Amino acid sequence: MELLEHLWLGAQVAFSWQNVLYCLIGALLGTLIGVLPGIGPVPTIAMLLPITFKLDPTAALIMLAGIYYGAQYGGSTTAILVNLPGEASSVVTVLDGYQMARQGRAGPALAIAAIGSFVAGCIATLIIATAAPPLAEVALKFGPAEYFSLMVLGLVAATVLAHGSLVKAIAMVVLGLLLGLVGTDVNSGVLRFTFDIPELADGIGFAIVAMGMFGVTEIITNLEQRATREVSVAKVTHLFPTLEDLKRSWAPILRGTAIGSFLGILPGGGALLSSFASYTVEKKISKHPEQFGKGAIEGVAGPESANNAGAQTSFIPMLTLGIPGNAVMALMIGALMIQGIAPGPQVMNEKPALFWGLIASMWLGNAMLIVLNLPLIGIWIKLLQVPYRYLFPSILIFMNVGVFSLSNNPWDCLIMSVFGVLGYFCVKLECEPAPMILGFILGPLMEENLRRAMLLSRGDATVFFNPMEKPISFGFLLAAVALLAIIALPNIRKRREEVFVEE
Amino acid sequence: MFIAFGVFFVAWSFARYNMGSAVRMGPGYFPALLGALLVVLGLIVLAKSLAVDGPRVDAFHYKPLLLVSGSVVAYGYLMKPGGLIVATIAAVIVGALGGEEFRWKEGVILTIVLVLFSWLVFVRGLTLPFPMCPEFVENCPIR
Repeated sequence: MELLEHLWLGAQVAFSWQNVLYCLIGALLGTLIGVLPGIGPVPTIAMLLPITFKLDPTAALIMLAGIYYGAQYGGSTTAILVNLPGEASSVVTVLDGYQMARQGRAGPALAIAAIGSFVAGCIATLIIATAAPPLAEVALKFGPAEYFSLMVLGLVAATVLAHGSLVKAIAMVVLGLLLGLVGTDVNSGVLRFTFDIPELADGIGFAIVAMGMFGVTEIITNLEQRATREVSVAKVTHLFPTLEDLKRSWAPILRGTAIGSFLGILPGGGALLSSFASYTVEKKISKHPEQFGKGAIEGVAGPESANNAGAQTSFIPMLTLGIPGNAVMALMIGALMIQGIAPGPQVMNEKPALFWGLIASMWLGNAMLIVLNLPLIGIWIKLLQVPYRYLFPSILIFMNVGVFSLSNNPWDCLIMSVFGVLGYFCVKLECEPAPMILGFILGPLMEENLRRAMLLSRGDATVFFNPMEKPISFGFLLAAVALLAIIALPNIRKRREEVFVEE
Repeated sequence: MFIAFGVFFVAWSFARYNMGSAVRMGPGYFPALLGALLVVLGLIVLAKSLAVDGPRVDAFHYKPLLLVSGSVVAYGYLMKPGGLIVATIAAVIVGALGGEEFRWKEGVILTIVLVLFSWLVFVRGLTLPFPMCPEFVENCPIR
């Protein structure tokens, strides 16, 4: 059994005491920050990114994964207890979770969310372990043309699934691509868009952009909405769900897992779409749909499992193709690159310990969430009551330390604040920063593959969409065009807006 | 905004970099292509916003914007000449002023806590090479 062999290798890596410790710290920190209202996984990871720089790549990635799960679960806790979604993917959890909390059933809601996430995490981990190797095998055969088309598809899908204006989302991607090109041109060594500033020769640091766009921007926007900060936290009395709860939840958990696992693999999918889809499905097939929105436990169990499964399987395209499906994966790829690892299908063969260690740590991370969160729930509740005026200067200092320690250069702090301001304007103009980060990561990769493909075809641009010669590339582009066309249809466009507005 | 960026990238690429041909692309090819695309998209956004009376753009709050971003810059540029203590004090106070309710007493306590925390965790714990004292102090007593 090759699969078991791999998992065994992974387990050996993941269960070394250092890595368990890193995973634990990661999950703890992730929950700590993620539980703060209004801070989702992306800003959390962006803020905590610098902590991992000093670790070796495997430990860094394991810790980041731990942070991700922690942040994800922390968001759910906030959603259930305070009626404030920490992030888009727990918006649906708010619907029934907060209602349960108001009926004095916050404990069972939290427990079901944790159990659902755990079950989903276990299953999704197995899916990754089985699906990743064959996919990577296929990906190894891709030439530059296929890669370029795949990236186009990935970016298009990501914009289609982003909320807000489609044109703006695409424009943000393009802007990200351009910003990613700043620095030394790989092929010719020419310095591009550097204005003779030596600091720009290596390009703009990815971590700095991420922290600026998500961290700093987040703080600024939170500061102006301070009125909504005053929160009343629901009381948690008993934690354990009744037998009746469990009976009602197991099917939604499994369905949610299935939905999430599938949607997570799609580019642009991941946690957000999964939880929405799962909620809709549960409401449709439920015997008592009238209870939804009024504290139905299915409405917590399904989406929570789905978003966790989606969060996990979105690692698949990242690990096998080196292409991020969403902003969190873009951050992961950024972290890999900082560690000096070029993401892509070759990672699995060249660094099996890292690859399988990460997969095994996913299971570990999920187990830790249960261990951490249920007993520590009291602490998280306390944390929710800390006034924001203490929190944000502290977060600011941690980000400063992180950025400054990158190269001991004040320039990095300047750039971070520039991107903070840029991010603020984007939020105000209703442009999502997430597509920009995807573009930023993929910019140099896309350019290189485009150039190589054109070189190989001697300048014949038809390589990309010639179904005879490059059927795969053609397929990717066709899918991208189809997606754009579908979303442009007025009918579906309305549906899409409804889905994102529904609340 | 997009238009400005797009025009800038196109112009800059043409002016400064060798375009090359489609076969052997020079360093300016891809950015020029993307810049042009960005201009087109920017025009669409602009046209849409003029054609449809959408909801007004939210008011900008310049106070938190300036003070929070200023706090980050202050931290970076005070670290070398001023040392960690000075930089942290400046960043916390400037940043905290960006919040609505700022009280000096709280600000001071928070600053002290954060300075101690930074020192213990980052300088002693993670051994980051940050200077503690201002540059004019020779033989800094704190390590």
